[in-house]
Amino acid sequence: MSDYISHDHEHDGIDRRGFLQCMAWAGTGLLWTVSGGVLASKTLAQIAKAGNALPTTSDLSFLQISDSHIGFSKEANKDVTETFKIALDRINAMATPPAFLIHTGDITQLSKPEEFDTFDQVLKGCRTKDVFFVPGEHDVLNDGGKLYRERYLKSVGARGAGWYSFNKNGIHFIALVNVLNLQAGGLGQLGDEQLEWLEADVKSLGADTPIVVFAHIPLWAVYPQWGWGTSDSERALGYLKRFGSVTVLNGHIHQVLQKVEGNVTFHSAMSTAFPQPAPGTAASPGPMKVPAEKLRSMLGLTSIQYKQGKTALAVVDSNLS
Amino acid sequence: MTTFFLKNKLAILLFILTFFNALLFAFAGEKKEIEPPPTGQNKIEIKEFNFYPQTITVKSGEKITWVNRDEEPHTVVSVDQKFKKSSALDTDQEFTITAGVPGTYTYFCSVHPKMTGTIIVEK
Repeated sequence: MSDYISHDHEHDGIDRRGFLQCMAWAGTGLLWTVSGGVLASKTLAQIAKAGNALPTTSDLSFLQISDSHIGFSKEANKDVTETFKIALDRINAMATPPAFLIHTGDITQLSKPEEFDTFDQVLKGCRTKDVFFVPGEHDVLNDGGKLYRERYLKSVGARGAGWYSFNKNGIHFIALVNVLNLQAGGLGQLGDEQLEWLEADVKSLGADTPIVVFAHIPLWAVYPQWGWGTSDSERALGYLKRFGSVTVLNGHIHQVLQKVEGNVTFHSAMSTAFPQPAPGTAASPGPMKVPAEKLRSMLGLTSIQYKQGKTALAVVDSNLS
Repeated sequence: MTTFFLKNKLAILLFILTFFNALLFAFAGEKKEIEPPPTGQNKIEIKEFNFYPQTITVKSGEKITWVNRDEEPHTVVSVDQKFKKSSALDTDQEFTITAGVPGTYTYFCSVHPKMTGTIIVEK
């Protein structure tokens, strides 16, 4: 198949086919540039070849890690603490350290205090000290998230089940919780109280304020049959419709997937623990067993760069191999 | 039309399951006369993010035991809190309740709420 562009509606050098081809490469290290809701991409190898290092002059660079699952010890990865350490080593080795990290949930496998302890202990080895958290369903298994909130959400003034917002370099960050009070037969859920808070939270912001939302379960219908979606996410996104740049980051599905809808870019990150199957390709979404030599290529982290004055956010996934 | 047939099939399946369950109890009942009542016969396996069987019929006073065969933790939570909920069950962990007042009880996994099951308790 040749790489010609058949339809270039946006005059940006990328058509639907080109976009889908880029999607196929996601996960092997790509620089995604989002400009006015349109994607362009280069592989990391291409950037290195051209002598262009990743942007170092950007006003803000932060990093997303997700789904550490400390305590998991099954065949899919018998040492998740080690792969989490490797992810932190990668962060420590970055020429320009990220301003902060966000962890999009599932720190632990079973919400056990000793699993949280191990995570905290290993995290101490990270040069970047500021970390913002949102819980995954594995973090709130038996106590409705009480222990999690005490450990990770006290310093950010979280409300309700643990939602909060903050500003950095002109960007408004919103941390949402969609793993609690789930209903039989349903998906992830934000709930009325949180949605009302969200509406009020963004009300006074100008439409040119870049928005970054992060939550554990995807806020788009990735694959509802496996519970990979949030039942009331449409209402949340409705409150964000007027903004020119919205980036939504999630974990939960242990693989890179991206979708653009108007000015909203949805991006899901790899896990540092084990991969999960692509939507609908297995009997269930349980941990995916891959050959040992392949495992680290399916684990990873996500770097996000923002340059003030532009609507573009660059989202780069890199694996641990 | 498809839905109608599907519903019909489900109803037939449910009927057959209930019938065999009843049969099982009939045997269990006979066995009871010679030895103490067997425990753990009402076993629900949690596998591939499903409850098997999805619907189970038991007699009031009998025990029901779930066992998790997945590598993922699951829970057993009654809709409207009609019976005590389990803690998170890791691989091969079990959870047992005793069937109470006759009626139909639905439950789900609070970690993966797409997973639902039904218990029918008879007198």
